[in-house]
Amino acid sequence: MKSINRILMSRFGPVITGAIVGILAPLLVWKGNPGNMGICVACFTRDIAGALGLHRAAVVQYLRPEIPGFIVGSFLSAWIFGEYRPRSGSSPVIRFFLGIFAMIGALIFLGCPWRAYLRLAGGDWNALAGIAGLIGGIAIGIAFLWKGFSLGRSYGSAKASGLFMPVAAVGLLALLVIAPSFGEEGKSAVFFSSSGPGSQHAPLIMALGVGLLVGWLAQRSRFCTVGALRDLVMLRDAHLARGVLAFIAAAFVTSLALGLFKPGFEGQPVAHTSQVWNFLGMVLSGLAFTLAGGCPGRQLIMSGEGDGDAAVFVLGMLVGAGIAHNFSLASSPAGATPFALGAFVTGMAFCLSVGFLMREKI
Amino acid sequence: MSDSLIVDARGLSCPQPVLETRAALAKASSGQVEVLVDTVTARENVGRFARSQGWNCRSEEEGDGTYRVILTR
Repeated sequence: MKSINRILMSRFGPVITGAIVGILAPLLVWKGNPGNMGICVACFTRDIAGALGLHRAAVVQYLRPEIPGFIVGSFLSAWIFGEYRPRSGSSPVIRFFLGIFAMIGALIFLGCPWRAYLRLAGGDWNALAGIAGLIGGIAIGIAFLWKGFSLGRSYGSAKASGLFMPVAAVGLLALLVIAPSFGEEGKSAVFFSSSGPGSQHAPLIMALGVGLLVGWLAQRSRFCTVGALRDLVMLRDAHLARGVLAFIAAAFVTSLALGLFKPGFEGQPVAHTSQVWNFLGMVLSGLAFTLAGGCPGRQLIMSGEGDGDAAVFVLGMLVGAGIAHNFSLASSPAGATPFALGAFVTGMAFCLSVGFLMREKI
Repeated sequence: MSDSLIVDARGLSCPQPVLETRAALAKASSGQVEVLVDTVTARENVGRFARSQGWNCRSEEEGDGTYRVILTR
């Protein structure tokens, strides 16, 4: 155990984590998850929002166990290794809205950064426009960071205050297993899709196991798909970037081995070919993630460590998923909706305002 | 110790602790710089960056959950 931990905390940590996640994600697709969606923090959080009735898009409702798995895995890891440290207070309301707009951007593209790389590894070339947008959004965020952008400090809080996310995660798992009916079938939560991506899922035990393992690995190694690009550009530090490369490479090889690699633009699973919106959606998302200090996976992991600000960002993503579908902002395989433009402009106006205005003197 | 530059990066999100360290190291150019952080992640990130810039790094854990990362060159 000690030696595994030492390796995960070494410079090989992100590479090992990336490679393992890259192998596991296509396996989840092979065992039932939607195409190129072995793991997608945005899509899965959106499915959870649907299962809870925060939106009524009937095809994307399922209590994805991977997400609570991440939180609990990270919590256990942080607890065992003495890194469980409840803290909060760094502009939580701004982080809530960053979470909302990060989610809206991701749902215009149809995926978080993790899924953008998984889509690329599965041969979905539409992901290239999304990844280009992600790089663009991170670049804007970097410009703000160079100018002294800060959401301010967080402060330590009571030991119990960090327990709410892990407990809520366990609560979600209980809802999944028990699947209680709170009223008339199909009209009350918990909602489970009977068709579409929400109806496609790997066996519960496997999905939860992968979630717990990935939560553990990512907590130890600090795996972050946004920090990877940010640190590479700002600090010439490839520590996290090597993890993302290993992630893409492992996912590519595994997809190929499982017969899931299907190169092309047309007919890709849960994807559209409107490259302008693939690009712009991820610009918004990438900027919001960079201002918040990490990718959505990393935010989940930090929420498990007791970071209340990351938890607020995650809750913002959950609400953002509800908004994205209730207001028809989320794309479908047919493409972006007419409302994507308004959502993008609003989101960018918010993120750019935050970038310009938040310059807390340290 | 009185001549060492102290950076208080406690509670800051990634990558601000490293950016603050970067600015302090550029200002000091040699001698001793102390960076206060409050997560193991920030401690590692500051240490990794400082070492990449040719500084020696050690850290002490204070009682209140603060890590004092001491950089010398």
